[in-house]
Amino acid sequence: MLDKILNLGQNPKMNFDRIKEKLNILADAAKYDVSCSSSGSNRKNTGKGLGDSSGMGICHSYTEDGRCVSLLKILLTNHCIFDCAYCVTRKSNDVKRAAFKVQEVVDLTISFYRRNYIEGLFLSSGIFKDADYTMERLIQVAKKLRLEENFNGYIHLKSIPGASDELMREAGLYADRLSVNIEIPTKSGLKLLAPDKNHEDFLKPMKKVKNEIMQYKQESRLIKSTPKYAPAGQSTQMIVGASGESDRDIMYSANYFYKKFDMKRVYYSGYVPVTTDPRLPSIGSEVPVLRESRLYQTDWLLRFYGFDVRELLNQDFLNLEMDIDPKLSWALRNRHLFPVDINTAEQQMLLRVPGIGVRSVGKIMQARKFRRLNWEHLKRIGIASNRAKYFITCSPGEVALKDSSSEHLKQIILNNSASKFRKTFSSQLSLF
Amino acid sequence: MRKVALVYDGTLEGFLTCLFTAYEEKLEVQDISPEGEAVGMLFSGMEEVITDFVKSGRVWKALKKKSSEATLKQIKWAFLSEKKGIENTLFLMIQYIFSETNPVDGDYSHPAVLEVAQTARKVSREKHRMEAFVRFRLTKDNIYFAAIEPDFNVLPLIKNHFKNRYADQYWIIYDLKRKFGLHYDLSVVKFISLDLDPSIGISGGSAAYFDEKELEFQRLWKEYFESVNIKSRANSKLHLQHLPKRYWKYLTEKNLLML
Ligand code: SF4
Repeated sequence: MLDKILNLGQNPKMNFDRIKEKLNILADAAKYDVSCSSSGSNRKNTGKGLGDSSGMGICHSYTEDGRCVSLLKILLTNHCIFDCAYCVTRKSNDVKRAAFKVQEVVDLTISFYRRNYIEGLFLSSGIFKDADYTMERLIQVAKKLRLEENFNGYIHLKSIPGASDELMREAGLYADRLSVNIEIPTKSGLKLLAPDKNHEDFLKPMKKVKNEIMQYKQESRLIKSTPKYAPAGQSTQMIVGASGESDRDIMYSANYFYKKFDMKRVYYSGYVPVTTDPRLPSIGSEVPVLRESRLYQTDWLLRFYGFDVRELLNQDFLNLEMDIDPKLSWALRNRHLFPVDINTAEQQMLLRVPGIGVRSVGKIMQARKFRRLNWEHLKRIGIASNRAKYFITCSPGEVALKDSSSEHLKQIILNNSASKFRKTFSSQLSLF
Repeated sequence: MRKVALVYDGTLEGFLTCLFTAYEEKLEVQDISPEGEAVGMLFSGMEEVITDFVKSGRVWKALKKKSSEATLKQIKWAFLSEKKGIENTLFLMIQYIFSETNPVDGDYSHPAVLEVAQTARKVSREKHRMEAFVRFRLTKDNIYFAAIEPDFNVLPLIKNHFKNRYADQYWIIYDLKRKFGLHYDLSVVKFISLDLDPSIGISGGSAAYFDEKELEFQRLWKEYFESVNIKSRANSKLHLQHLPKRYWKYLTEKNLLML
């Protein structure tokens, strides 16, 4: 029966009502995958085809929860033979099922792209029949888009855990990005919540993709015309707050994926309760959005600010502080390194000052070439110092708030800052 | 030094000619404004500057020697903001650049340099928003058509983006405010000016002009947009921050009434 639902072939007339219904079911089921990135590729539009993904990805809209909409993100089908507890698509869940035909996905992608609604396609799927059978269908969509439609927009394919090396090789020839969602950061959690899956099944396609990317890179150095292989690399996602894991568990896993598999991005997705399963937070529990954003901040500190994960989380410090950001938290634990002189500090150290971001560091480095900077200059070049002022000086003679204890300093900063999380935070606190 | 207010034709070349004139005739410039916007000043004479490509070219060349590519871009983009008085700020910045022997175009503690950079950033943001929020609608004559009303004059800046992306379809992006548009005919992009029936609007797909399936695709897109929302994560503050209300008029997903 599935074969019939998923049959290929041209679709002479789009049946809009039917497509609309499928779109409703299969976009709804795909939305828990938070990755929306459409950047990092370098697929240029040569030869007058359709689309170009050589620039930065663009958000063409934003959902009412403020997330970027840049790709048509859908499942090919939500039929699934597995029963992962945290997933709406799981076999035992009583939901409406649907499946797109390969050609329908191609047509939708092209029609949306031509209207400038999207940057491309993000196609995932429930596992029907087996991993390879599913992966093959995903590849067919990508292949048709590239070869028949001459489409140079962005294509993100989900690597189906357990898919063969051969298919993963082919997938990378048409996709810009491949991802396998590890979902559960600890092995024990995975066993408990996704008993059908094993850890190795996730790692296998990741390894294959990483090796292929490396090999293609080397070849393209020698031969100019080597085809592209997943130019935007791979990414993965972890669900936060579904399996009792610590922030350290999550960030150490993330660090492992960045280092070991050259991941371009790791995404953190606050668990949205979708089941009454006793192994999981119950329906109606609040989505841990604050924790999720603290994890993203930590992720940024690792990738752009030169922090080592062990500085931010370790045996003595298992979980991030919720009321302050991880950089401030780190600085308060390392007061002996501050204050730093804004005119002489090295760039790496400026990056570690709370309240000063990458862009501000750039401005400071630039402006201090022309003159010694004082507080007035900082203000003029647009550096907000309400937070930074406790950690920097502008001249050697200045006295900083040295005597104040870290705990006290934290209170001062919290009282003075209208944290955008303040409200969320207090509403979460009031639960206890 | 003679005190004057200069009036020019509103083009970048015209503005650069003003600078040339100011230096050549050693003028004390009180104000530079485009035609039609100049306010007569009691204490200085008003002088019209005729755009001269040779003169403007010389100013640009001199500027190139003393500033980075990024600065030149900022100057162009800030100029396209059409912000009242931006010419005077640009003039101050360029004077500062010419007066110093070392390059100072990155000195953001100079007020004019900072203002130009900030204005350019605003223009850049508008450019990106237009690249994101332009919504093409397929017309009966097989042209993908979009109408926009950007805060700044960004059409010249978004031209290449759309040309590279939509190389195999006919398209028009029309600035309703400034009454000109870009038209791509599968080989080149040209500036055009049209007599548009106002009923063509920014969204919707009136049967008089648009393909019969056009509305169906808009409905599909709206269906998609609504399906990806996660209610338990609702955050309208963030939503509005990314998608300010004044841009909603472009967005099918925000406008189209489900029929
Ligand atoms: S295999 Fe994937 S789609 Fe199927 S239940 Fe598990 S997570 Fe959901």
